[in-house]
Order: sequence, then C-alpha cells, then structure tokens
Amino acid sequence: MTTQEALFKYTLRLGDNSIILAQRLCEWTSKGPFLEEDLALTNIALDIFGRGKSLLEYAARVENKGRNEDHLAFHRTDRQFTNNLICEQDNGDYAKSMIRQALIDCFDLMLYTELSKSKDETLVGIAAKSIKEITYHKRHSFSWVDRFGNGTEESHERAQKALNELWRFTGEFFEMEEADELLIKEGIAVDVKSFQAKWEEEIKALFLKANLTLPENVFMQTGGRKGIHTEHLAYLLAEMQALPRMYPDAKW
Amino acid sequence: MKSVEHIFNLLSEIPDPEIPVISIIDLGVIREVKLVDDKTIEVKITPTYSGCPAMKQMEDDVRKKLLENGFDKVIINTVYNPPWSSDWINQEARLKLQEYGIAPPEENTTDKSFLTGKPKTVTCPRCKSKNTIMISQFGSTACKALHQCKDCLEAFDYFKCI
Repeated sequence: MTTQEALFKYTLRLGDNSIILAQRLCEWTSKGPFLEEDLALTNIALDIFGRGKSLLEYAARVENKGRNEDHLAFHRTDRQFTNNLICEQDNGDYAKSMIRQALIDCFDLMLYTELSKSKDETLVGIAAKSIKEITYHKRHSFSWVDRFGNGTEESHERAQKALNELWRFTGEFFEMEEADELLIKEGIAVDVKSFQAKWEEEIKALFLKANLTLPENVFMQTGGRKGIHTEHLAYLLAEMQALPRMYPDAKW
Repeated sequence: MKSVEHIFNLLSEIPDPEIPVISIIDLGVIREVKLVDDKTIEVKITPTYSGCPAMKQMEDDVRKKLLENGFDKVIINTVYNPPWSSDWINQEARLKLQEYGIAPPEENTTDKSFLTGKPKTVTCPRCKSKNTIMISQFGSTACKALHQCKDCLEAFDYFKCI
C-alpha cells in the first residue's frame, strides 16, 4: 500500500463517518420533540455534512481518478462504505439519538484535536474547523444525557436501554488497520489508541453523573472498515442516493 | 487602477446572503486577495461553518462582481486554517447587526466562556436590556443561537461566539 492509497482510504473513512451520521440526524428534521431541538439537530447535521463534504472532496483529490465528492457519496454501494457501525444505527427515540451523539462527539473531539497536529495541511485545516463545531455539539448532547439519565423514570429507562444497545458499537472507534499504521508512521494519521483511556474516563464520568450504568463484558461488534454493515446502512443509502441514482447526470 | 485595496472596496459592496446589512468583508470570510496578472485574480475565502449553505452564494457573488469589474479570470480557493472566528467581525458590523435585530457576539473567543455553556450577558438588540436568557443553543442559521429578552419579551437571534 502506498501513502497515497492509505491517505485515500483514511480520508474516505473519516468522510463516510461524517456523511452517514449527518444523513441519520437529518431524519429528525421536522420531527424533533420540539422546535428548538429540531433546529439544533438540523444545525448539527449541517456542520457534520459540511465536514463530510470537505473530507470526501479531499479523498477524491488524493485518489486522482476523476471522481469527485458526489461520486463518492452517491455512487457507491453499502459494501463500499467504511463508516463505523454506530453512525448508521437507527435514530430510535430521542434518548437513543442523543446517546449515540454523545458517544461520537466525545470521540470526534479527541480525534480531530489530534488530527489538527497532523503533517497533512488539508486535514489540519478541516480538523481545526471541526474542533470548534464539535465542542458546541458535545455541549448539547452531553446535557441531554444528563437530563435523560436524571429525569423521569421513563426517560432514565429509555436512556439506559439505548446505552445498552449502542455500547457494543464503541469498540470500533479504536480499531486500526494497515492504512492507519502506515500513515501514523508518516505523522499524518492519528493513533486512536493514544486517547482511548482518556475517552473511556470521560464517558464513564458522563454516565456516572447521569446515573446510568455502562454495560460490562459486552461483545464488541465490528465490520465497518471491511464494508460489512448492519442492516440499517443499505436503507439509509437507498434514501440518500435515490435522486442521483435515478438521474445520474443531475448536477446541483 | 487595480490594487488589492480597490478589490477589497469592490468586495465590500457584496452583502452577506443571509444578513444583508453586513458585507462579506465585514463578516471576515475573505482572507486574501492576490492579483495574479492584470486580468486574473485569486481570492481566498473561508467558511464561517463547515456546512454553511451561503458559501456557494458568496463565491458566486464574488466571481460575478469581479468579472463585471474588468477581470477575465477569477480563481476562488477555500481555506480552512486558521478557522473562521466571530472575533473577525468588525466593530462597525457589530453595530449594524444590532440595529438589524441580531445581538452581536458579546464575548471574545479567547476567554472560552462560550465552551462552558455560561455565556456573558447578552444585550437585547431592541430594548437594550441585559435581562435576557438563552432559549436555544442553536438558531435559524448555523451562526446563530436563540435568546429572549425578559423585559420586552421579544425573542431574538444571537450571533454565536466561536
């Protein structure tokens, strides 16, 4: 694997994580529990879409085979997406969406903070921009975890159920493969293991404060990096890609 | 006569697509202007937010303005670093925002209070009362949050401090 191939793979994966999560969040548009939350989620989705677009644009440039970000987003099948499985999980109720978001925000803030020290200038730029936005998102999702956990019996129960369902997808955050290892040596990619303990500590503190129990000895689901997804992704793509698949020449 | 100053003057005639009382220069998104040759110009632009849908409109407006003013080729490049900051909104624009009904960012990002969730007191752009509360951390566009004045009871937009 050359550095160029590794960088394409790495950037594509970061881009996939962003657009798949953003697409999921968009499903809340006009269906939020109340107006302010509707606004919040559409705003958050927009930031994450923006980041995804920048990353896929860069991936296409690195690949240098005449594809652009639209090709990468709209003309690949589920088996060709390499996002973490947690990003594609269904929205469920609001507790599930917020717990998914808190787990990801906490990870993403650490990831992009490290990435902003990369030797790759484009990734540094995208990361520097993202840090500010994720900080803002995290404040939102963390406050909801607290509110649900310490809220009513019903909200507590739902939050705990969501955490039990989602926890098995968090192991994937810290997986690395050949492309990562190659790029870490070059000072481009982030060694995610370097902040795993810090992430676990912060997440533990968050759920402790919210009076929620972290599941123990859970089998960690994996597959995203190999394109082996949960059943949710193909449905999500069917909706997201419907128009470009029907009209392949359509332009914005 | 084409000078960088002249170009900045031209660009300051372009209103922000979503907040037309301020220009794209006031907003601080134009980072650099370079005269490549007599007919070619390069403009570096930075997005306020990663997904801000107004960016495309701003690029189109910049291109149109420069093409109309004697340039044959306009190159627009997006730069991400250093990331845009609300600190770059100039003083004059802050007053214009307030008159328009949008409270300008009260804090400086260097004091980081925006991260802890305890923003400084935001002044109501209508009655100037400081007795206001945040209703929603997010607002009608990516750059705004929603506040309410407890004296005149009006809800108003607050330009987020990032």
